[in-house]
Amino acid sequence: MTLTTDVLVVGGGPAATWAALKAAEQGASVVLADKGYCGTSGATASVGTGVWYVPPDEKAREAAMSSREALGGHLADRRWMARVLDETYERVNELAEAGRYPFPTGPDGTPLRNGLQGPEYMRRQRIRVKRAGVTVLDHSPVTELLTDADGAVAGAAGYRRQAGQPFEVRAGAVVLATGGCAFLSKAFGCNVNTGDGALLAAETGAELSGMEFSNAYGIAPEHTSVTKTAFYNYATFYRADGEVLEGAGSQRGRSVIARTLLSGKVFCKLDLADDAAQRAMRLAQPNFFLTFDRLGINPFTDPFAITLLAEGTVRGTGGIRIVDDGCATTVPGLYAAGDAATRELICGGFTGGGSHNAAWAISSGSWAGRSAARFARALGRGARQVSAAGGAGLRPTRGAKDVDVVEIIRTVQAEVLPYDKNYLRHGDVLRSALRQLDGAWRSVRSDLRAEGASTVTARQAVAMVAHARWMYTSALLRVESRGMAKRLDHPGLDPAQHHRITSGGLDQVWARPEGAAA
Amino acid sequence: MIELVSAAQCIACDKCIEVCPTNVFDRGEDGLPVVSRQSDCQTCFQCEANCPADALFVAPHTHPLPAESYAHDEEHLRRTGLLGSYRREIGWGHGRTPGAARAVGPALSPAGPPLIS
Repeated sequence: MTLTTDVLVVGGGPAATWAALKAAEQGASVVLADKGYCGTSGATASVGTGVWYVPPDEKAREAAMSSREALGGHLADRRWMARVLDETYERVNELAEAGRYPFPTGPDGTPLRNGLQGPEYMRRQRIRVKRAGVTVLDHSPVTELLTDADGAVAGAAGYRRQAGQPFEVRAGAVVLATGGCAFLSKAFGCNVNTGDGALLAAETGAELSGMEFSNAYGIAPEHTSVTKTAFYNYATFYRADGEVLEGAGSQRGRSVIARTLLSGKVFCKLDLADDAAQRAMRLAQPNFFLTFDRLGINPFTDPFAITLLAEGTVRGTGGIRIVDDGCATTVPGLYAAGDAATRELICGGFTGGGSHNAAWAISSGSWAGRSAARFARALGRGARQVSAAGGAGLRPTRGAKDVDVVEIIRTVQAEVLPYDKNYLRHGDVLRSALRQLDGAWRSVRSDLRAEGASTVTARQAVAMVAHARWMYTSALLRVESRGMAKRLDHPGLDPAQHHRITSGGLDQVWARPEGAAA
Repeated sequence: MIELVSAAQCIACDKCIEVCPTNVFDRGEDGLPVVSRQSDCQTCFQCEANCPADALFVAPHTHPLPAESYAHDEEHLRRTGLLGSYRREIGWGHGRTPGAARAVGPALSPAGPPLIS
């Protein structure tokens, strides 16, 4: 199947749907291709999210911007924060009015718009996208980008896994809104987030930023998936012997939990919630209680074992580097939005999980969609000669032997999931992990050749290997502790390293301070 | 993980096959969905949320449960109200109020707004 369109949006979560809506509003023809199903795919659809929705009151806006600047290691940008707050406010109101999202009303009658129930939000976004005339391709993972003779992005190719056939979309511009990378950790709703967008972008020469901010871990009851963490503010954490785990906490003190989990179990009770809070919690987050109700656990009175699941760059802030207000990348015709893009502009180096990432997805999606539409219009409809940009997994340099994709995934997971490698980082450990990952890259680059349906899993594995290498290369360059990128061997903040870190490359991975010469 | 497709309740509408973000279902020869790739299930409960017949049950475990587990005991799941409970909680289905409209949670800080998600 081959389609021709002005704008191709890759992904199907919040950023993708906002991009598709805004590109269509500009009069562009739009195709949206999602790996899963637009409406259920991605972290937000399953998890739900707070939204950084702050009415345009000067004091409230100032407080919203200043509250997390230090946490983020002062790498965020005030101008971007202000424009995200403006755009998010408008778009969320649009969702209430045009989208008819049923926001609740507070006890005093005021409408509340500071959060979104995932299934409801994304079901409505799907309806809106379809009404706008967007062609939606579900179960259609993009496996590589197409570029023209000048290196501009001109479409994408992939495989329709339910139809069992390859597809190609020729486009004037492409928006990557594929989410972050959680390395198939089974964190809630995150298994479609395998870092595909960053790989596609890097293969056309795009740059990444903030990849050291990639070690977010969410709390979940042991052996389960629901990594919703807000209500752990009501928790007391315990050791296996029933003693209180001192210093453990959800917001600050998650590393104490990680450290303890390395040698034993950690239990938890939400024993700080009173009756009124308990009742209200069920209304706010019905999905949080799925696990407990089905296991017959009363989380307010029964201690339950917990785990930490990796959420990588989904709740971290690293991603494709943005170079202008329209969310363009360094490659012409290529735009990035949502968790696929860096969120440092508004979060710095602190987790954007929840409200900031949601606001970023709405804003960056809207901007990227509009700019992609303008770029495509300026380009006109003339046919372009294109070539496929995909490398590892599709076009091996040697192709001499079979590569076991499952084994490659296992290798990456062994280097990025363990708390004592990725969470509690140390230079020696990162260097040794990077050697394993470089080996995995050489193997997929030289020998992995997938065809048909198997290209999808092969390219996911390749994307995860690449993601992990950008993460650890950037983490090694940051010889200090800033934001979430903490180093056991360099625990202090170094004022001389007050800069973002840009990275990229595939066969030769590189990282350097933003703005430094190559 | 997805553990139960109730043949008694399924109306063969294909909705679960369509909406599963990780593509775990196939259509069986009798028209009922078959869990072909359980290991790909990410335990996101979306199939359950979207099943108009309350015919699916997703256990919270991220690993498969043994045959004798409660998650395969349809009668038990019906009796305890677990079958279809997610849809009920989020207010999806005929005659229900969307859960989003009632989602007024606690405020996590004294000055902060109530959580609504």
